[in-house]
Amino acid sequence: MADLHCSIGGVESINPFWLASAPPTDKYINVKRAFEAGWGGVVWKTLGVDPPVVNASSRYGVHRDERGGIVGINNIELISDRPLDENLREIERLRREYPDRVIIGSLMAPIEEDAWKGLAEKILNAGVQGLELNLGCPHGMCERGMGSAVGQVPEMVEQTTRWVKTVAGKLPVFTKLTPNITDIVVPAEAARRGGADGVALINTVNSIVSVDLNSMAPTPMVDGKGTHGGYCGTAVKPIALNMVSAIARDPETAALAISAIGGITTWRDAAEFIALGAQGVQVCTAAMLYGFRIVDDMIAGLTNFMEENQYRSIGDFRGRAIRNTVDWNELNLNFDLKALIHQDKCI
Amino acid sequence: MGLRPHLPNGAGLAPAQIEDNFADLTPPLTATLAKSYASQCLYCYDAPCIKACPTGIDIPTFIHQIRSGNLKGSAQTILSANIMGGTCGRACPTEVLCEQACVLNARGEEPVKIGLLQRHAVEKRIAAGGDHLFVRAAPSGKRLAVVGAGPAGLSFAHRAAMLGHGVTVFEARPKPGGLNEYGLAAYKMANDFAQKEVEFLLGIGGIKIEYGKALGGDQTLAALREQFDAVFIGLGTSAVNRLTLPGSDLKGVEDALAFIETLRQAKDKSKIKPAKNVVVIGGGNTAIDAAVQAKRLGAENVTLVYRRGADAMSATAWEQDLARTNDVVLKLWAMPIRFEKDDRGAVGAAVFEKTALVDGKLGGTGESFTLPADLVLKAIGQTLAPLDGVRIEGGKIWVDGNFQTSLPGIFAGGDCISSGEDLTVQAVEDGKRAAIAADAYLRSA
Repeated sequence: MADLHCSIGGVESINPFWLASAPPTDKYINVKRAFEAGWGGVVWKTLGVDPPVVNASSRYGVHRDERGGIVGINNIELISDRPLDENLREIERLRREYPDRVIIGSLMAPIEEDAWKGLAEKILNAGVQGLELNLGCPHGMCERGMGSAVGQVPEMVEQTTRWVKTVAGKLPVFTKLTPNITDIVVPAEAARRGGADGVALINTVNSIVSVDLNSMAPTPMVDGKGTHGGYCGTAVKPIALNMVSAIARDPETAALAISAIGGITTWRDAAEFIALGAQGVQVCTAAMLYGFRIVDDMIAGLTNFMEENQYRSIGDFRGRAIRNTVDWNELNLNFDLKALIHQDKCI
Repeated sequence: MGLRPHLPNGAGLAPAQIEDNFADLTPPLTATLAKSYASQCLYCYDAPCIKACPTGIDIPTFIHQIRSGNLKGSAQTILSANIMGGTCGRACPTEVLCEQACVLNARGEEPVKIGLLQRHAVEKRIAAGGDHLFVRAAPSGKRLAVVGAGPAGLSFAHRAAMLGHGVTVFEARPKPGGLNEYGLAAYKMANDFAQKEVEFLLGIGGIKIEYGKALGGDQTLAALREQFDAVFIGLGTSAVNRLTLPGSDLKGVEDALAFIETLRQAKDKSKIKPAKNVVVIGGGNTAIDAAVQAKRLGAENVTLVYRRGADAMSATAWEQDLARTNDVVLKLWAMPIRFEKDDRGAVGAAVFEKTALVDGKLGGTGESFTLPADLVLKAIGQTLAPLDGVRIEGGKIWVDGNFQTSLPGIFAGGDCISSGEDLTVQAVEDGKRAAIAADAYLRSA
């Protein structure tokens, strides 16, 4: 029997499936439902220093294929808009009620040592098993000098990671990376220098999903105006896979634990990220579209896949695809593959 | 959806053509088509299709699992709710169950092909072999008897075995499967599927079937109850309703179920001599199965006569269409009044009287017509065979909310109780729920 139990950056988890820091992990009742559904852990909706932010509405945009299926969504939602203390009491309660599940605290603060350290301490005191630094949010917070505004500057990534790691001590710290940069390895290296145990990636991609041609404004519209938002869902999976592989392949960052995020919808998506070196995965869009129950097939499908291939644990196939992911100039140019067309099979 | 065509004006069909006429009516999905159909499912939360399924299969999840490539998990999702999900995928009237409830109907689209997808997932798994998918609980030391190896009995046996009990099934016939084996049209159950399904079901272990053993003689309910810790009755409705009209005992006036059974059990259907003019009496799916098969066997004219209008037929609209596209003439609003002898002494014609509703009551109009018939097939329903010892109500075995009969420790389900429609899927649900109730009964005793 395949065992899905795994260790993600040193955090023991009953399975590699966590919910990412996002609306589905914003409050007690949602996280309770997620745990009941079978999720191994959650990264709590990012917490900041009080007073809480005020959100805009509407805050979701959708990108569809020709048949109406959802390819990706974007959002302009900010971090938690509820008081810090309320969130922390709920985390404490859930840690008591579900001791075998993981809660990672996600945090974001202005670039001040005291702000980061003070916030981190409060969250740690609520009993989380690790911290995740939100340095990736591409909208709203970055205009305030937070989120991706920090994540795009390697020195700041290193600095904030170091501040938080000093406070976290033995508990793992994951630095969440923004994909809105040129080379993902650079901030990953900075996180490592800052003492991060792992990286979580990718955060959402800068985007405008559509323009309303009647109102002549981008969607989602807030009182006639729109703004760029964070793009996520199956559409960003290829981008995330590439970035995860880049960190797993680079000798400077290979030792970092990777908590992979980006369009993961099925067990197969998860297995692909694990094959490229991820220790665990985080999901948001699929849970928002289909409900927490999608973890059922993630668990059943991954278990069946592992049993069919005689992998007893996640570690048995983790990183197996890394050595086959090479630079272009390492490809065998003598290898010849041509399409053979069977006219009778054409439709 | 293209149905397998048949050759019209069938007299003297070649054996190869007959074989083709009885092959799979709807060919199984290819992997490509299955993915395409699966992609149409919206994966609804709180999906109405689940509620429309008597066995409550988590349809959106099993379809999602086909999409995700977890075919084993898909089969497991189906079979954990309905161990005969394979037969149900083929034979369920999905058009009035899950597919009717599909939300895509509300958008004016075709519903998701749930039946075909279910069949795909289950048959791929059964064909692939491998482990049984379900494991037995620790042995309870209890022994259970089941009367009848039809869908209800086998479903009960499987669930009881899974819950750790030892099960002995007593079956009157030489083969298991009940109506799945003997009473459904051959083209619905092609490739000996009923037997393959039972073989898979028995893979759980702990189930013994004794053939040729019917209730009667020493084998009474009371005796079984003494020998076993609990008993389940799943003997269906094995008696057929009688038609007492002049000439109804003539040679050539037969029960449709017997005709269907003969066809199902014939290795080579081309050895069965087709009748020239067939008249089928009745309005249910058995009538359609008999009529369409008579046509596909090579009858020149097949007329299905029903005493009321098409709306009142228990055969679904899909089944009625199947009959029409197979060149079966549906003659509505007429009832048989007598059968006439031909010069060989067998049936030669059936005489009908036209009917009408007068003040809400069905009656004859006095106007009659005659149809030539060298084979008359009666499909006017089945009833419970006489059974001693348990309370009977409205012609069926009475059970309480836990499927327990008037005798403690004796449970019943399937067509022999009145739990809903007389469908395989309902029988499977009855058997499953009765086994769970029997388990609770045994553990509290």
